[in-house]
Amino acid sequence: MAKDSRLILDPLADNNPITIQVLGICSALAITAELEASIVMSISVLFVLGVGNVVISLMRNIIPSKIRIIVQLIVVATLVIIVDLVLKAFAYELSKTLSVFVGLIITNCIIMGRFEAFALGNGPWRSFLDGIGNALGYGIILIIVGFFRELLGSGTLLGFPVLGDPIEKTGLYALGYENNGFMLLSPMALIVVGIIIWVQRTKNKALIED
Amino acid sequence: MGLKQNLHNFKEKNKDKKWLPGFNALFTFLYMPNETTHNGTHIKAADDLKRTMNTVIMALVPCLIFGMFNAGYQHYLAQGLIESADGFLGASFWTWDNFVIGLWKVLPLVIVSYGVGLAVEFIFAIIKGHEVEEGYLVTGMLVPLIVPVDIPLWMLAVAVVFGVVIGKEVFGGTGMNILNPALTIRAFLFFAYPTWMSGDKVWVHGAVERDQAIAAGQNLDAISGETLLGAYAQNSSLAGIDYWDMFWGLIPGSVGETSKFLIIIGALFLIFTKIGSWRIMLSTVIGALVMGLIFNGVVDAGWIGESSKFYGLMSVPFWQHLIIGSILFGAVYMATDPVTAAQTNKGKWIYGFLIGFISIMIRVFNPAYPEGVFLAILLMNVFAPTIDHYVVQGNVKKRMKRVKVKTA
Repeated sequence: MAKDSRLILDPLADNNPITIQVLGICSALAITAELEASIVMSISVLFVLGVGNVVISLMRNIIPSKIRIIVQLIVVATLVIIVDLVLKAFAYELSKTLSVFVGLIITNCIIMGRFEAFALGNGPWRSFLDGIGNALGYGIILIIVGFFRELLGSGTLLGFPVLGDPIEKTGLYALGYENNGFMLLSPMALIVVGIIIWVQRTKNKALIED
Repeated sequence: MGLKQNLHNFKEKNKDKKWLPGFNALFTFLYMPNETTHNGTHIKAADDLKRTMNTVIMALVPCLIFGMFNAGYQHYLAQGLIESADGFLGASFWTWDNFVIGLWKVLPLVIVSYGVGLAVEFIFAIIKGHEVEEGYLVTGMLVPLIVPVDIPLWMLAVAVVFGVVIGKEVFGGTGMNILNPALTIRAFLFFAYPTWMSGDKVWVHGAVERDQAIAAGQNLDAISGETLLGAYAQNSSLAGIDYWDMFWGLIPGSVGETSKFLIIIGALFLIFTKIGSWRIMLSTVIGALVMGLIFNGVVDAGWIGESSKFYGLMSVPFWQHLIIGSILFGAVYMATDPVTAAQTNKGKWIYGFLIGFISIMIRVFNPAYPEGVFLAILLMNVFAPTIDHYVVQGNVKKRMKRVKVKTA
């Protein structure tokens, strides 16, 4: 169905959770200093949001609306604990870098937002697509920010030397670039997100609100 | 037909060309525009934005020229090639050799600062289709004065692009910015490239190069490029520098901020021409002195011992804080920026006082940032609208009370 594909495509650009709805900013600023952490965070959110949306959608007719927030929290918490334990078991170093932010996926506004706004009112398949789409929209921004911050801040990509000091040490080539320490600080992540928002709204003027 | 008429005709002919704002910007450097308003309020004033900016630049030129001489002087002095100049008119200071080194190092900074900054302004003016704004004229002059002489030019260029775009253009250009663009540029450099903006090498031309040569195995003496603040922060002091040297500015530091004497002359000039606010300058100095006095009191009361890492800077006599760092430069040229400062008179006192107060606090409590002036001014830039709001509200309240008393 043509409409279903929009569920995935919209959040990638014109209804992006970070740049348009401005949700989930905290984790986007905190863990994007390295590309690897951004990717793992995106995958974690992808899992939590995709599965969570389906679970909530399946239960949507039996959840009493008075306690729905609590039910939603329990679902997210369960999924996040699974993610956390998996990371600790198979990627211990990385789970230390992400530290508390894996746990904080629970409070990520995007997830509760999608549960409330979509999964409670739609069937499992459409909820699944919506969850995947929003998680991808979140992930794409995280990866863009993480890419620029790691490249310009540490001179590496996924740990491989590309620019600046790290590549000079390997002796392959030297560009005279010096790592920009500011890129590793959180304020610069905010500015990078801001620049993405700027570029996006310049391209699509319909997104500019007063 | 004179040149002015020719240029004006040229302008009329190309009225709807995209690059016209660029032409206008250069044209108004030479002549006042020929247009007059036809309706509404008529104000005849010679000091438009460009004249105001030019006045500030005139006040900065002595600092720049002194900075050039000082760059060469520190370079030769650190290598022991010349005698220490005794006083402002010392024979070994105002020499051609010093000036050549200074010109060689400082002029590129000025050119990069203006070239890159104005290029960004022109691009934005053409995209947005408005006139080129003059705001960058002063910023471009301030930037070379607040960086170390040996800063690589490409870093300066990156920082200028960042400062002008993120610090100013995203808010809507000159007059709309909440942060001082020159200080945004410095803050960017400081956090992005700390090794080039702090430490004990970068302040004297040649010290970094010499270090690299020594590391490469050449048998040379290292050049020390330590600033006074850096030395004090480590509980030591620099030999051979007395208070007059600090006052005249014969010390290592950022290019233009060392000579307190010339800064005071610039301040008097700005106050006399009514461009700079004396309230802000005075209250900043008072704020710094008060904080200095508090710290002196703490030391006198014996609350901290000599082993404390704050002892070095805390025990500096309070008045000396004014001459060892760049607080005067910040107070006169940075804090008074009319766009980012507080607008109300009462607000200006509070704003200036807090700048001085916080500058010295950062200076003492954070040895990693021995020069806290730029951080303090940026912080207060953010709070200036809030200060103004409460001053205005307070005034409104006071007047409302008066009304009530009369009606009662």
